[in-house]
Amino acid sequence: MFGEGILKGLAETARNFLGSYVSKKRLTTVQYPEQRLPQIEAYRNFPFLVYDGDDWQQGLRCVSCFICEKECPPKCIIIEKSTDKKPDAVGKLQFYPKVFNIDVSVCMSCQICVEVCPFDAIKMDTDFELSSTDRFSGLLWDKKHLAKSNEHYHKIHPTEAAAVDAQLAAERAKIAAKTKATAEAKPATPTPPANANGAGPNAANQPVPTATEK
Amino acid sequence: MSTATEPVRILPQSPANSGSDSGEGQLLEVSMGPQHPSTHGVFRMDVVLDGERVVRLKPVFGYLHRNHEKIAEHETYLGSMPYTDRLDYICSLTNNWAYALAVEKLAGIQVPERAEYIRIITAEMTRFLNHAALIGFLTQDMGASGTPLMYAFRERETILDLFESLTGARMMCNYMRFGGCRVDLPAGWLDQAKKFAATLPRFLEEFERLLATNEILMARTQGVGVLSKEFAVNAGVTGPVLRASGVNYDVRKVDKYGIYDRFAFKVPLGEHGDTYDRYMIRLLEMHESLKILNQALQDIPEGPIVDPKTKIRGFRPKPGEAYGRIEAPKGELGFYLISDGTANPYRYRVRSSCMMNLTVLEDLCIGHNVADVVVILGSIDIVMGEVDR
Amino acid sequence: MTPENIKSEVEASIPGCQLEIVSNPSPSGQHSLRIDPAHAVAIATFLRDAEPLRLDYCSNVTGVDWPGKEISEKVKVKKLVDGVEQEVEEIRKTQTIGHLEVVYHLYSMEKKHGPVILRMRTEDRAERVHLPSLTPVWRSAEFQEREIFDLYGVIFDGHPDLRRILMWDGFEDHPMRRDYVEPDDFEYEPTAHDEVLERARQHRTVMGPL
Repeated sequence: MFGEGILKGLAETARNFLGSYVSKKRLTTVQYPEQRLPQIEAYRNFPFLVYDGDDWQQGLRCVSCFICEKECPPKCIIIEKSTDKKPDAVGKLQFYPKVFNIDVSVCMSCQICVEVCPFDAIKMDTDFELSSTDRFSGLLWDKKHLAKSNEHYHKIHPTEAAAVDAQLAAERAKIAAKTKATAEAKPATPTPPANANGAGPNAANQPVPTATEK
Repeated sequence: MSTATEPVRILPQSPANSGSDSGEGQLLEVSMGPQHPSTHGVFRMDVVLDGERVVRLKPVFGYLHRNHEKIAEHETYLGSMPYTDRLDYICSLTNNWAYALAVEKLAGIQVPERAEYIRIITAEMTRFLNHAALIGFLTQDMGASGTPLMYAFRERETILDLFESLTGARMMCNYMRFGGCRVDLPAGWLDQAKKFAATLPRFLEEFERLLATNEILMARTQGVGVLSKEFAVNAGVTGPVLRASGVNYDVRKVDKYGIYDRFAFKVPLGEHGDTYDRYMIRLLEMHESLKILNQALQDIPEGPIVDPKTKIRGFRPKPGEAYGRIEAPKGELGFYLISDGTANPYRYRVRSSCMMNLTVLEDLCIGHNVADVVVILGSIDIVMGEVDR
Repeated sequence: MTPENIKSEVEASIPGCQLEIVSNPSPSGQHSLRIDPAHAVAIATFLRDAEPLRLDYCSNVTGVDWPGKEISEKVKVKKLVDGVEQEVEEIRKTQTIGHLEVVYHLYSMEKKHGPVILRMRTEDRAERVHLPSLTPVWRSAEFQEREIFDLYGVIFDGHPDLRRILMWDGFEDHPMRRDYVEPDDFEYEPTAHDEVLERARQHRTVMGPL
């Protein structure tokens, strides 16, 4: 019969329409922003800097090694190294970034900066409701805006943050064990702090000269 | 359907008239301009019409040209990977694979088995995504305003959620690396994927019942835009458009890249080469993709994700060149790389499947009505990100 | 199907043509054949139609820019040094002209083999940039040769419709060349680094303070 195909199609549409009253699977629209879908854990949006502890300036993990700035494909990261140093999580003195800006209007959330960072200092955030009224400087985020605590990292990416914490704790334990070993080996002379010149699993890809300590 | 973006001009003496039936009425030159709901992006067609019939058609593009090839000459090899996502922005994972394949050919890098299986799983999901979007858009262009499109997009959403939990982003995935993949499958992903693949046959059956025997669809697409075999081969058309004309050429079967020779799948071929064949071919290819997907999800082994010798930073392949190509959902996507030993490629060229498929657009549309131009363009399936790069 | 076989077959059937094998040092093993522009169309037709090859599908047409380089070589010359004629080593610098190159990747859909890679060179980068178009042989070269004309400046003789394809009509210069200088026409650069910052500063002084 002519028109049979159309009728079959209409039957299909009717099944979907009436089915949406009875079955949850057919009702796929989510009334955003009142209803939201659960956030998937691996989702990434723009980067942020991680700090340990409570003080965002003291606990900032970034040591201003410039690797993320060099590897960023659209070159949206601007870093300026500080002239003095501050102690990091194991007490070693490291440089820190005096200026760390990310131009969010250029950043394409490709995650290459996270992949290449040897210090787990920059990670991907998940917030996407980020509109600003200032088209230029409102989208150029500075160090203060970017620094978020490790607790925040645990909240947004729990499994990833747990893995990173475990790895960092293992590295620090290794460094601490090595310091103890060198301290016990030389009881007379005052021991220099953590001799991390060749130790530490990050040494292979640490470009920052670590020999410049007291 | 012939909304013009500039006032129509009747040109009795213009060069457009030469070679056509001059003296028989006047010819109308219409610009189906870059802002048009049916041109699949910023794409313009200068159409010369005799009444409703197309006499000449010149495609004009370049509105989305972002000089990807020149940017790649200043970026490292890895830094170009996020830019390849944005070529054919609907199917980013196959673009990533094509680029990774070209670099692996250039540098002689081996890929571990688990990574090959993951690549095939994601590529076949991407092919499914793309064909679902295409048949949705094609039917929307014909006037079924959105309903089949939204049914197809329901399945797309599930696949995009799977991609998000794997790679971190729905569309701009940046997932393949030279020598494997970036991260391993998270816990529970395989089960979710298997559950999803089990619901797909029902979706395909529903979709076929919805539209494949629809009389309006058949009247609008059968006999429209017939592409002959010889012309298709000579014009460099590849992908479903070529196979709808009856030429059996699928890069997965010819080059056997990755581990495609381990999977049993057929290559659907069309008979008439018209728009209806191009539409049905995509439905059939979705069935074949599903077969490959099920086999890959069953057989995926454990193992490393990436070749252990690859370097993320400081990757400098030796001087030489390589051309690597894959069967992307739209056709053959190839990357031609010339390396001069430094960290940046000397020449980086994208062989874009959509741009080559557009070569035949003029010849397919001549003699048809304006309304058919939209349908033919929809069946060729272009994404301007790849045409213009 | 090796480049040597193809070379001997083509030379046997088309008298006077010059083919040269360009070897590819990378692991991909894709060696290419350099053909001379005078016989290019004849060679292409032969490759498309002759029996064992039947390369009916031209997959990719690429343009490459090889700018001129300075080559310095040590040359022994006889010179007068303090009245005594001696052989002295001198460093002589020559500047090569540079050329543009077009690379064709050919496959066969009928026999399912490939790729066969052809290369053609122009004589220089300024005036003598004409090459024969292979569009009459393979229609797939049409848009790609237009793109090479647009972005590199190679003029293809015999192309049915040679005009700009990606850049707008009226654009001058050829953007993909290695010595292309971008016009200084942006007014605001949000994260200017290095030379972009320098140019933005100069722009600002010309235009006046914000």
